[in-house]
Amino acid sequence: MSTATTPTAYNYKVVRQFAVMTVVWGIIGMALGVFLAAQLVWPALNFDLPWTSFGRLRPLHTNAVIFAFGGCALMGTSFYVVQRTSQTRLFSDSLASFVFWGWQAVIVAAVITLPLGLTSTKEYAELEWPIDLLITAVWVAYAVVFFGTIMKRKMKHIYVANWFYGAFIITIAVLHIVNNMAMPVSLFKSYSMYAGATDAMIQWWYGHNAVGFFLTAGFLGMMYYFVPKQTERPVYSYRLSIVHFWALIGLYIWAGPHHLHYTALPDWAQTLGMVMSLILLAPSWGGMINGMMTLSGAWHKLRTDPILRFLVVALAFYGMSTFEGPMMAIKTVNALSHYTDWTIGHVHAGALGWVAMISIGAVYHMLPKAFGREQMHSIGLINAHFWLATIGTVLYIVSMWVNGITQGLMWRAVNVDGTLTYSFVEALEASHPGYIVRMIGGLFFVIGMLLMGYNSWRTIRASKPAEAQAAAQIA
Amino acid sequence: MSNFWSWYIIVLTVVFLVLITWLLFATRKGQKPDQTTQTMGHAYDGIEEYDNPLPRWWFMLFVATLVFTVIYLILYPGMGKFPGVLGWTQVNQYEREVERAEARFEPIYAKYRDMSIADVARDEEARRIGQRLFATNCSVCHGSDARGAFGFPDLTDNDWLWGGEPEQILTTLRQGRQATMAAWLPVIGEDGVRATAAYVRSLSGLETEGADLERGKQIFATNCVACHGPEGKGNHLLGAPNLTDDVWLYGSSTMQVEHTIRAGRNGNMPSQAHLGDDKLHMLAAYVYSLSLEDK
Repeated sequence: MSTATTPTAYNYKVVRQFAVMTVVWGIIGMALGVFLAAQLVWPALNFDLPWTSFGRLRPLHTNAVIFAFGGCALMGTSFYVVQRTSQTRLFSDSLASFVFWGWQAVIVAAVITLPLGLTSTKEYAELEWPIDLLITAVWVAYAVVFFGTIMKRKMKHIYVANWFYGAFIITIAVLHIVNNMAMPVSLFKSYSMYAGATDAMIQWWYGHNAVGFFLTAGFLGMMYYFVPKQTERPVYSYRLSIVHFWALIGLYIWAGPHHLHYTALPDWAQTLGMVMSLILLAPSWGGMINGMMTLSGAWHKLRTDPILRFLVVALAFYGMSTFEGPMMAIKTVNALSHYTDWTIGHVHAGALGWVAMISIGAVYHMLPKAFGREQMHSIGLINAHFWLATIGTVLYIVSMWVNGITQGLMWRAVNVDGTLTYSFVEALEASHPGYIVRMIGGLFFVIGMLLMGYNSWRTIRASKPAEAQAAAQIA
Repeated sequence: MSNFWSWYIIVLTVVFLVLITWLLFATRKGQKPDQTTQTMGHAYDGIEEYDNPLPRWWFMLFVATLVFTVIYLILYPGMGKFPGVLGWTQVNQYEREVERAEARFEPIYAKYRDMSIADVARDEEARRIGQRLFATNCSVCHGSDARGAFGFPDLTDNDWLWGGEPEQILTTLRQGRQATMAAWLPVIGEDGVRATAAYVRSLSGLETEGADLERGKQIFATNCVACHGPEGKGNHLLGAPNLTDDVWLYGSSTMQVEHTIRAGRNGNMPSQAHLGDDKLHMLAAYVYSLSLEDK
C-alpha cells in the first residue's frame, strides 16, 4: 500500500508504520512489565538464568515502553500532526523512512543486547555506545524531517502542538548526547565520561528530563491536537498555552536533583531542584486545564465516545501525577517516599495513566484515518479497552501507594531502645500482597492492549489502498 | 565552590525566576475579564483557539509557589555559597538527629555499661535489646537465628574461631577479623591436596575409603600444624578452625574440603566499631548468651 508521492498528498505511509508499531511494541513492552511484576511475586520465574533475570529484563521493559511504544507513538503522531496543521507534506519521504527503520533497528538492538547483559548501567540510557550513535543519527534525521516540514508550512503561525513536539525533539537530542558521553573500550563496553556525584547529577538531569520532555512535552503536543480534534471544540485558552509552554520547558531542566535528596549531591543543588519542582506544579496543571476546559460545552460527548474518555482520563491522571511529583520533591516527603514502591507507583500513574492512555486515544483517532477508514473496526472494543486500562491503572497505583508508605514507615520505625523495629525482609514480606495486586493491574492493562491489537488488525484488514490514498489528500 | 561558580548559580537562578514571573504577568496583560468565545482568528486543520483569560485560582497558585521559593531560598542553602539564614545543612540535620537519639536512648544502655558481659548476658531485657541490634546489624550474614550460613559461622554452637570468652567476642566485634587460609595447590600438588583433604576429613571421623591417609598425615604435619596444631584442634589466636569437631564453615564434602585446601579461604568479619561501645557491649553479651547453656 503506497501513498501517492504527489505534493498534493500527505505522507501517511510513515504514519501508518509508526501507528502499527506503537500497538505492537505496546503489547510487548507491557507484557514484559507484567512478567517482571510476576517475578516479584514468584521469584522462581527468574528461572535461575542470567538472560531472564529481573536485573536484565527490567531495563528491557523500560526501554520497550518508553522508547519503543512511547517513541513510536510520538514519532507517528508528530508526523501526522505536523503535516495536517502545516497543510503540507513531510519535508523528505526518504529521511522519514530512515527515521522509521532506524528507530526499529535501535529497538531490536535493545531487545538483543539488554538480556545479554550489555549495558552502560545508566537508567533509561542503558544502551551501549554503538546503539547510542545510531540513536543520534536517527534523531537528527527526525529533527530535520520535523523542522523541515515546519519550515515549508502553508500556515502563517506554528500551531501549539508543534511547539511541544519541537521542544521535545531539540531537548532530547541535547540530553541524549550529554548523558551518554563515554569512552569506549570495546565494541560492547564503554565508561561514562563523568564520575561520582557529577555522574549522578548528569544522569538525573537526563533522567528527569526524559520524563519532562519525552514523556511530558511530547505527549502534551499529542494532547493539543487530538483533544480539540476529537471534541471538535476550540482549545480553551491561547494565553494559557503560552505561559505553561515556556514555564514548563524552562522549569523541567532544573528539577533533576530531586532524585538525589540526602545524597552526596551538594545542598544548594538539592534545594534548587526541590523549589523548581514545586513551581512546576502550576505550569503542569496549565496543560491539564487547557485540555479539560476544551471540553466545556462538549462534556456530553463523553457518554458516547470512548476515545474521548481515554483522552480525558489521561489528562486527569496527568493532573494527579504532576501534583504528586512536586509533593514528592519536597525533602520531608521524599525522606519517606524515596527508595520505596511509592516512586514506582508515581511513575506508572504517569506512564499508564497519562502517557499510555493519551497515546491509545490518539492512535484510535489516527490509525483509521491514516488507513482511509471512517473509524476503528469496533467502538465496543475501544470501550472495553478503556475500562480495562482505567481499572488496571488504579489497581497499580493504589497497591504501590500502600506498599510505598508501608515500606517507608517500617524502615524508619524504631523500638524504645532505638533499634530498628523491622528487618528489611519483614518490609518485603509486608509488600507481597501489593505485588500481587500490581501484577493483576498490569494484566488488566495488557489485556486491553491485546483488544487494541485485534481491533487495529481488523481495521487495517478492511482498508483498501484507494481509500488510504484518498484520505491522504491535502484538503 | 569558587566565587565565580557561586555567582554563576545565583545569577542564573535569579534571572530565570524573574523571567518566569515576567512571563506570567506579561501574558495576563490585556486579557478579557471573563470567559469569552472570541478566538485568535486562525485555525489549524480546523482547530481554533479561544482567547480565554488565565484562570484566577491557577494564577494565584503559580504566584504562591514563586513566593514560597523566594522565602525558601532566603532560609535554606540554594543560592551558590550563601548558606541560608537558618544555617541548615543535611549534615547538621543528621548530626542533630543522632544527638537527639543518643540523648534519648543513652540511659537505656547506661544501665548495662558497668555490668560484666557475662552478667548482661543473663539479663532478659538486655538480651532482647541485643537480639534487636543483632537483627539490624548482624543477621545479613549470620542469619536472624544466628545459625550462620556457608562461610558465615554459626554463633550458637559454642564452637569458636577466635575464642568465645566475653572479651574475645568483644574484640571480634570491635576490630573485625581477617582469616587467611593459604592456597596449597602450588606447594603440595593436586595429589597432595586429595590426600590432605582425606586426612582432614578423617579427623572428624568422615568416610575416606581408598585414600592415602599416611601421605595426608605427612603433609599435614609439615604444612598445616603451624596454624591448626599437631592434633588439628585449631588456634583461636589465628582464627584457625578446629578440624576435629565436625563443624565445617566451608562444607565437609570431599569436593569442598579439597577446594578449601587447593584454593584457600579468606573469611572477613568487618569491624562494627561504628556502633559505639555501648551497643558493642550489648551485642557481645547477646552473642555470648547464645551458647550460654553449653558453657
